[in-house]
Amino acid sequence: MKLNTLTAHELHEKLLGKEVSSVEITEAVFKRIDEVDEKVRALVTLTRDIAMDRARGVDDKIARGESIGLLEGIPVVIKDNMCTEGVLTTCSSKMLSNFVPPYSATVVRKLNHAGAVMVGKSNLDEFAMGSSTENSRFFATRNPWDLERVPGGSSGGSAAAVAADETIYSLGSDTGGSIRQPASFCGVVGLKPTYGTVSRYGLVAFASSLDQIGPFAKDVEDCALVYRAIAGHDPMDSTSARFEVPDYTASLTGDIKGLKIGIPAEYFIEGTDPGVRSAIDGAVKKFEELGAVCEETSLPHTEYALPVYYLLATAEASSNLARYDGVGYGYRDETAEDIVTMYKRSRSEGFGEEVKRRIMLGTYALSSGYYDAYYLKALKVRTLIKQDFDRAFEKYDIILSPISPTPAFKCGEKVDDPIQMYLTDIFTISVNLAGIPAMSVPCGFIGGLPVGLQLMGRPFGEGILFKAAYAFEQSTGYYKAKPNLE
Amino acid sequence: MLTKEQVEHVALLARLELSEEEKEKYATQLSAILEYAEALNKLDTENVPPTAHILPINNVFREDRVCDHLPNEKALSNAPEKEGNYFRVPRILADGGIEG
Repeated sequence: MKLNTLTAHELHEKLLGKEVSSVEITEAVFKRIDEVDEKVRALVTLTRDIAMDRARGVDDKIARGESIGLLEGIPVVIKDNMCTEGVLTTCSSKMLSNFVPPYSATVVRKLNHAGAVMVGKSNLDEFAMGSSTENSRFFATRNPWDLERVPGGSSGGSAAAVAADETIYSLGSDTGGSIRQPASFCGVVGLKPTYGTVSRYGLVAFASSLDQIGPFAKDVEDCALVYRAIAGHDPMDSTSARFEVPDYTASLTGDIKGLKIGIPAEYFIEGTDPGVRSAIDGAVKKFEELGAVCEETSLPHTEYALPVYYLLATAEASSNLARYDGVGYGYRDETAEDIVTMYKRSRSEGFGEEVKRRIMLGTYALSSGYYDAYYLKALKVRTLIKQDFDRAFEKYDIILSPISPTPAFKCGEKVDDPIQMYLTDIFTISVNLAGIPAMSVPCGFIGGLPVGLQLMGRPFGEGILFKAAYAFEQSTGYYKAKPNLE
Repeated sequence: MLTKEQVEHVALLARLELSEEEKEKYATQLSAILEYAEALNKLDTENVPPTAHILPINNVFREDRVCDHLPNEKALSNAPEKEGNYFRVPRILADGGIEG
């Protein structure tokens, strides 16, 4: 039995039973990283010494007979856009390639407090802008199920690391699908929580009204455990919600009789891979067998979500990324003799093509004369999209759809066509605009490539998502399949 | 279609220096994306309020009191260039006023 392939809850039992030590688990993870990361390229920084120290500390605690938490002594990988004090945080950008944060993000502090063992930082599309992890300034991450294909993005490194068993779980961030789409492409469980439930303090900002941190895990139970560990109000994030984080394990019963599920017609568009369609049809049948009531419904403004997203996300990004000026931290051009030239050159050299494209689009959408036509218009249509969900959730507990119209696509296939690349997020972005929680759960394969099922819930409705996802997962078992990287 | 002049103006606002090739590429690509966004004009939003933020949170206040803060040396630890307790930058004042 390879320890690196197990879940956090399985490993916790083994630690409690003194069958294994945290050092053994951590060594198993690093051994796997050494074996396969040359092919997968999920990680940009390894924190071997810190991890081994931490693991030894947990083992000492167990030896002293002290109690340990559910995630204590368990390896984790953190997306490289979350600040880790004393450990490089690059956003996979030349702009931050030498940035060592003087503080840790709240999620990182919470995991440290919970005794997590951070083994490394994962690759992403530069500043989380992209859907394939090909926009990293360092290297592209590969899909463990087919190394010729992308892992999805922007949290492709975090998703691939879990799928390839290079970690037990990981954290990603989701602005328009950046957790769910790579979770779907890599065949792991991913959660985009309700906006405001997980602190964004220390997350490098992309689009602040949409960004949310969430977990990647090997099963639903781990996903719920990790979410519970990172969620909660944080005074350091002014958009943080005040709410009680429940113990979700009670909802993992497998019993979903009477659950009402709506299936939006707008999410079954032309161009959807027939394999995706049949996997989703199969999932609907499974939910019906389990006693759920599934009905077709409508989210009529779905077709407007993509243009709204690309106006709002880029507008917010252009404002957030204005801070990279080569003064306080980050890349500075050394040749300029005056400050304005220094700003321009530092930014032009420090940012990659997609980041500059989005800054340009966002700056244009916010510029004088165009603000009402683009930005304000998009904010108003955002209201209509949110109202679609409000109405649907009056009738349904869950809304079910595919995560993406296709399984993982080939590397290089879409890099030169921004709109084609943006279209891969067409089923995931409405969730961010509406601020609701959504999960990706493995629901089948097409020619050896995983397909993800999207379950969307009411604001703060993570519990019902876990309940439905757990029942589905336990009765289908797709999550148990592993890619072959030998 | 965005003109080259418009692209140059936006680049100036965004403090980006673009090559001729980039200007042409962005003009074409941004135009295509904006054209795609024209779809929003099909919707009448006259009486729809904008949603800038999804949670019903208003201003968040806290007590104004002294607490722990980042020490100077840590705040300066990533500076590309520093002098004493300051970030050092290239010349800001030209003969006759502020540059740019």
